[in-house]
Amino acid sequence: MTSANGEAVLKVNNLSVEYETPRGMLRAADGVSFELRPGQRFGLVGESGSGKTTTALALMRLTQLPGRIVDGEVLLDGVDLLGLSENEMREVRLAQISYVPQGAMNSLNPVIKVGNQIANGFKDHLDSISRSEISERIVEVLRSVGLDPAVSRMYPHELSGGMKQRVAIAIAVSLGPKVIIADEPTSALDVVVQREVMLTLRKLQEEIGAAVLIVGHDMGLMAQFASHVGVMYAGKLVEVGQVLDIFDDPFHPYTRALIASLPSTSRRHRLTGIPGLPPALLELPGGCSFNPRCDSVMEICRSADPSYDQIREGRWTSCHLYAEAAT
Amino acid sequence: MSAVLEADHLTRVFSRGLFNKVENVAVNDISLRVDDDNPSITVIAGESGSGKTTLASMLLGFMRPTRGEIRYRGRDIHSLKGDDWREFRRNVQPIFQDPFEVFNPVYRVDRILTQPAQLYGIADSEDEAHEMVEDALRQVGLRPAETLRRFPHQLSGGQRQRITVARAFLLKPKVIVADEPVSMIDASLRATVLESLRALKTELGISIIYITHDLTTAYQVGDSIYVLYRGSVVEAGNVENVVQQPSHPYTQLLMGSIPVPDPRVPWGDDLSPISSGDQRDVAVTGCAFAPRCPHAFDRCEDDPPHYRLDDDRAVKCFLYEDRPITDLESMLSKNTTSPI
Repeated sequence: MTSANGEAVLKVNNLSVEYETPRGMLRAADGVSFELRPGQRFGLVGESGSGKTTTALALMRLTQLPGRIVDGEVLLDGVDLLGLSENEMREVRLAQISYVPQGAMNSLNPVIKVGNQIANGFKDHLDSISRSEISERIVEVLRSVGLDPAVSRMYPHELSGGMKQRVAIAIAVSLGPKVIIADEPTSALDVVVQREVMLTLRKLQEEIGAAVLIVGHDMGLMAQFASHVGVMYAGKLVEVGQVLDIFDDPFHPYTRALIASLPSTSRRHRLTGIPGLPPALLELPGGCSFNPRCDSVMEICRSADPSYDQIREGRWTSCHLYAEAAT
Repeated sequence: MSAVLEADHLTRVFSRGLFNKVENVAVNDISLRVDDDNPSITVIAGESGSGKTTLASMLLGFMRPTRGEIRYRGRDIHSLKGDDWREFRRNVQPIFQDPFEVFNPVYRVDRILTQPAQLYGIADSEDEAHEMVEDALRQVGLRPAETLRRFPHQLSGGQRQRITVARAFLLKPKVIVADEPVSMIDASLRATVLESLRALKTELGISIIYITHDLTTAYQVGDSIYVLYRGSVVEAGNVENVVQQPSHPYTQLLMGSIPVPDPRVPWGDDLSPISSGDQRDVAVTGCAFAPRCPHAFDRCEDDPPHYRLDDDRAVKCFLYEDRPITDLESMLSKNTTSPI
C-alpha cells in the first residue's frame, strides 16, 4: 500500500465523454479527475452504466462512435494522450499503457496460436527484435503468468477461462507498460481462479512497477486487490481515497450503501440492496444525481450539484454533507 | 412427508470419440430430495466443470441421466406424458444465469409474463392475467407502469433477472432450479434479487435449488448445501456448519478464495501457491481433488467414500477416515428436516 511513490504517472483531468443518441447527448463520463502513481492499484467501482468502462476506454483513446471525448486531459508522464496523432497513440498503446478488456478471455483471436498473438506486440513495437529473441520472450512472459510455455503452440479454445485470462494478462504486461488498465478482468471466472489470476496480476505489476487501474463492481475484489478506490456514480467520480480509509470511513452515502449491501460469510442477515435504480443518464435528476436514492438527502441536494473537493489529504468526495470540511 | 422432486443416484457420463471413447463423468452418483411440506433452499456449489449445470439440466428434465432416476411425485419424469408432463414442467421451473438471453427480444415484458400465465391456464381472463402479472412485478420490487411496456433490452440486468423471478411468482411452482441467478448482475443489486428468491420460499412455500460458485450468496440464502467437485459431492450439510467450518480441503479452498470486503482480511494467504486450478482433463484415479490438495497422502490414490462428520454432514475425504462411512441416500432418509 505504501509502494506508491513519486510523481503521478497518469494524471486524468476533467475527462468527459459524450455519446450521441437519438434522444440527445448523453454524458457517460462527466469531469472525471484522478491520479495514478507508480505501483498504485486504483480500483474504479460503480454499478453498470456508471461510466467506469467509458472512462477506461477513453484513457486508451479507444472510445468509439457514437461516443466522443469532449473535454479533458489524459497525461501519461506529462504527455497528453488526447493530443497525440493516431500513429503516435498506436506506439504508446501496449508499450506504455496497456489494456485487459472486459471478458478478455473472448478477446483472443480464435484462429491464431497463443504464441503468435503474444508475438504481435513484440513485432509491432520493437523494430530490431530477432525471431529467436521473440521466442525467448514469449516463453518468459508465459512463465511469468504461471503458464507452461507449451501453451504458445495452442489455440485459445484449448485453454480454460482462467488460462485465457492469463494469456490476456501476459500480452498486457509483455512490453513492461507504465500503466495497465484491466476492465473486470475476472468477472467471468470462478472464485478460486479469480484469486489466482488477480494475485498473478498483482505479482507482475509489482515486478514491473506499473500502476494498475482496475474497473469493477465488486467491492470485495477491490478490498483485496486495490490500494486506492474511486467510486463512480452516473458518470461522475463521487469519492476517492486509500482503500483502508474508504472501507473504514466511507464519506459519500453511495459508497456507504455499496459497502453495506455486500453479503458476508461471517454472519447471516437480511440483505439490503441500495434502494431504487441507477438513473438513466438522459434523465438525470436535478442537483446531485444520487439524491433520489440517498438516505441523507438534504434540500440543497435537489437543486445544486455538489463540487468534487478534497476533504482531507488524499480523500476526495462530491457531497453536500462535507461542504464545510472541504479545503 | 412427501417428496415433490427426488434425484436418485444420478450419474451422467459424456463420451467423445468414436473408436477410442473418452468418458467424462460430469455427475457422479448424486441424490437429493425436495419435500412438499418443508420448503427449503438447497445450494449446489462448485466451480465450472463441477457438474452443477449438468445436474440442473437433469433435474429440469432437459437431459436424461446415464444412470439413476429423477422422480416427480414418485414417478420417473421421463415416463410422464401429456398433462402429467405439463404439470411437472409447470411445477419445476428454471431461472437461468443470463438474464440477457432468456427473453424473446421482440416481446415486451407484458407479453413475456402474460403468455405463461395463459399457457398454463392460471388466469381465466386476460384482465385477470394482467392483474396477476402486475402483482408479480410488485412482489419483486418493480413498478408495473415503468416495466410492462418495455422491451428486454431497455432493462438492466438486475431488472431482467427480477422479471424471471416475477415469472416464478406468477406460476407458483413447487420447485425452482436457479442456475447462477445473480452472477451476471452488479454486486449492489444482488441483494435485491436474493431477497426476492428468499421471499419465494417464505411467502409462497417454493423450494429452490440454488446453483452457484459463490459461497457468500449461498450462505446468505441457503439452508443446506452440496459442494461439488468434478461431479461428486465432496461435502454436504447444513449451510451454517459448512461455511463456518469447511471440512473438505476443496471447500476450504473455495472459502479462502472469496475476496472478503475488508482490506484487513488477507486474501487466502494460507492457501496453496498460485495456480493449480487450471489443470484440465488430468486423468485421475482415486480422489479427484488430490492433485490440487495440500493434504494429499498415499490413501488418496483410492476414491474416498463419504464419512459422516456430524448429524447432518458428509465429507468425501480420507482425512476423516476415523468417522463412520455414510452415503447421501441414508442421510436423506434419516434427516427429514432438510433435504440432506
